[in-house]
Amino acid sequence: MAIEAQRMQAEESSKSTSPASGDAVSPSVEGSAVAVKSESEAVVRLDDVSVYYGSFRAVRDVTMPINKNEITAMIGPSGCGKSTVLRSINRMNDLIPTARVEGLVSYMGIDLYGEDVDPVEVRRRIGMVFQKPNPFPKSIRDNITYGPRIAGIAKNEWDDLVEQSLRSAAIWDEVKDRLDDSALGLSGGQQQRLCIARAVATKPDVLLMDEPCSALDPIATGRIEDLMQELKNDYSIMIVTHNMQQAARVSDRCGFFTTELDSQSDRRTGQLVEFDETEKIFSNPSDERTENYVTGRFG
Amino acid sequence: MAIAQPLLDKKTSERVKSQLETGGFNLAEGAFKWALIGTLVFALLVLTVLVYDVVVDGFPVFSDRLDTFMANPSRTRADETGIFQGLRGTFWIGVFVILLTFPIGIAAAIYLEEYATDNWLTRTININIRNLAGVPSVVYGILGLTIFVGILKGVYGDVALSRGNTTTAGGLTLAALALPVVIITSAEAIRAVPSSLREAAYGVGATKWEVIKSHILPYAAPGILTGTLLSLARALGEAAPLILVGAVQGKLGPRTGFFELQQLGEKFTAMPIVITDMAKQPGSEWQPVTAAAIVVLLLVVLTFNAAAVILRNRFERKRQG
Amino acid sequence: MAVATPQPAGLLSGNSRRRARERVVHIIVAAAALTSILVSIGIVGSLLYRAVEFVAGLADPGAVDLAEARNGIGFSNLWSDKWAPRFFDFDVKTLLVGSLVVTVVAMAVAAPIGLGSAIYLSEYASDRVRKVVKPILEILAGIPSVVLGFFALRWIAPNVVGNVFDGADGQSLLAAGLGVGLLTIPLMASISEDAMRSVPRALRMASAGLGARKRTTTVSVVLPAAVSGLVAAGIVATSRAIGETMVVFLAAGASGNTALFTVNPLERGSTMTAAMASQASGTDGTISELGFGSLFFVGFVLFVITLTLNLIADRFVRRVREVY
Repeated sequence: MAIEAQRMQAEESSKSTSPASGDAVSPSVEGSAVAVKSESEAVVRLDDVSVYYGSFRAVRDVTMPINKNEITAMIGPSGCGKSTVLRSINRMNDLIPTARVEGLVSYMGIDLYGEDVDPVEVRRRIGMVFQKPNPFPKSIRDNITYGPRIAGIAKNEWDDLVEQSLRSAAIWDEVKDRLDDSALGLSGGQQQRLCIARAVATKPDVLLMDEPCSALDPIATGRIEDLMQELKNDYSIMIVTHNMQQAARVSDRCGFFTTELDSQSDRRTGQLVEFDETEKIFSNPSDERTENYVTGRFG
Repeated sequence: MAIAQPLLDKKTSERVKSQLETGGFNLAEGAFKWALIGTLVFALLVLTVLVYDVVVDGFPVFSDRLDTFMANPSRTRADETGIFQGLRGTFWIGVFVILLTFPIGIAAAIYLEEYATDNWLTRTININIRNLAGVPSVVYGILGLTIFVGILKGVYGDVALSRGNTTTAGGLTLAALALPVVIITSAEAIRAVPSSLREAAYGVGATKWEVIKSHILPYAAPGILTGTLLSLARALGEAAPLILVGAVQGKLGPRTGFFELQQLGEKFTAMPIVITDMAKQPGSEWQPVTAAAIVVLLLVVLTFNAAAVILRNRFERKRQG
Repeated sequence: MAVATPQPAGLLSGNSRRRARERVVHIIVAAAALTSILVSIGIVGSLLYRAVEFVAGLADPGAVDLAEARNGIGFSNLWSDKWAPRFFDFDVKTLLVGSLVVTVVAMAVAAPIGLGSAIYLSEYASDRVRKVVKPILEILAGIPSVVLGFFALRWIAPNVVGNVFDGADGQSLLAAGLGVGLLTIPLMASISEDAMRSVPRALRMASAGLGARKRTTTVSVVLPAAVSGLVAAGIVATSRAIGETMVVFLAAGASGNTALFTVNPLERGSTMTAAMASQASGTDGTISELGFGSLFFVGFVLFVITLTLNLIADRFVRRVREVY
């Protein structure tokens, strides 16, 4: 499956790297002033990315960057392919046998689906936080050290790393006295911050967050949102959320997705309608569909 | 206040009341329920009484001559015979199952659940394993007789005291018999591992094998252990395949020590075979000895079985709670 | 906006030692999975090879001592009035009918009792009862068949068959069938219970909501909904009963691997499995190559029958999965 994706992708990328490729990019992105600025700072870029499950195209023609030290949000109604796009960035979609990616996903200019790329290394550099807190059924300490351990980081650095990671996830004070207790004994919000700590312990550049607050209460959600603002000093973050207010509060840039009936498959395919600075998306969107969504007229 | 007036007149109210209250007893309902209880009680009773009866029958042997009964080889007199060789054979068969079937079966389950993509080969293997689980045990004996005995005849030649029907042949045969059950139950246990756990581990950059080793196998361990114990219990209780492989019914030659590896190339017997042989002896003096041998076999087999069932139930409850 | 030309993987190429280890593990587990195929090939291959050899031996007996063969050797030996390989009587129908009789008796015991127990455990029993009874039933399912064989020989044969039907020692197809039936009850009960518990609770609620009593709900809602699984349970149990060896070998009363054709459960007889076991146990002295080969022929027939039953059962089980 992966080989197939690589092959298709290779064809695709050769197309999109040609000088005329600007035509293929969706107009909304092309038109915005940020696009030029973003290019120099993009850590991850998606260019004309489509993701398929078998023959079904779940999302099509997505073009957007993740800029350095910014929070990029993806919003839109459920089932529009936001999570699918997110998972294509750290190759989590490889775990679904039928999933296939077309288009170019690049990290620091490297094609993530290129032949010599090891998905394991990709996931170490592009960390992920999931919708439901999913700590390992092990101690708090082991949750943090697992990533560094398999990445071959020396044992004597682990203790520092544990403290550092837990501090940067703003949970150190709550757990420092019980590092050897089971992580499953923590509250939902604490578990999610532990998962963030676990993700930063491998020293990634990018953090992907897949609706990280959807299973949490408002107070825990607020904590995570505050935390994200701190984390963006060190990481580039992409977050999927179906909570518009959250996207408005935390993100610097925002992409709005929606679904459209695909004429060839007769199923709903997700697509990126508009990508811009968050402020612009929420105050003065250029697409009518975006406006309808952010003003609550649909979705 | 508005409801001070009764909703129904007295006659209707009486009728409704009587209808509502007849639910207490209903002849057909009761008879049906008690018939069901009867079947369950019958099933439990016959099997437990059988076990109880065997224990009572065999008890004199344990109280009179436990030592000679355990230490003697098969003899032609009921009051002298022992189960040493049977226990020894059963022990070694267990070694074969544990050393061969467990690792191969668990590895195969890992392949099917974590590695295999959905293609014709995977489907073939899956169908094949399900069918293997349903093949009668005596047919595995044919596999053992034709292939294992045939090959081992070449290995050991006429030097050893067998023509290939050795402990090794018996062990390999029952290892093959236990394989499908181990694969099926291990695969089920692995399938039950929540995908969020897999994602968490892959998400921090673990390789497939690292995910399996540190997260999937520990989580699935109780389920896998249950399956392996059940299959071990089943293999140790099997007689039919061993008869085909040529396990010795009756007197068995040299007295090789319990743990001596040399016997792998010698003729063998096992507890179920010893019991078969004893059961077929005509005299009534054989009855207590047979019962005693059965008690020993049941002790081994039902212990593994009970451990498996208890283990599974405990973990099921824990995971749900 | 132009797109940067992708660079070589470089910092994303990962650790080559880790990747090599992944490949080694992949090969090992794949090889383990293929072992199961080898076992099947071994079984089918040895059965086919030796069964064909036996049939070829019938066509061309070669140096067989014809003095033992009453009517010479040929395919007609597969159709007579008894199973006696020593005398080249290979009447397969004797064994087939013997297996059939034992299986019918066994299922007459196991089906109602197993099903009844399953209905009680699934529909009536309180959680506390089920928590105690089900494990006991599962543990009893592990009783080795040789134990049931002993029980059938020493207790069922004289006390049930002998007393009730006025036989001498009671060894008969009936005694063997009863033993096999007892052996099969836990299996029947456990698969049936699974089938009934997979019926959604909503169906029971809907029925109860219409004012149906428990028995009505059970009989006219739960059982029909679970019918595929129950049929599968019956077929799996049947297959197990046909393949059961030791009970019949000990209690059916055929000695020296000789059995006359009979459909009467009260008579001594043999089955496919018992014939194989007694052929191999060598209690009937030396035997010709051709006579011994009958073991594989019978084994092949048995294999085909049980395989067919299992495939049918699999169909039914899958149907249950598709529905719920």
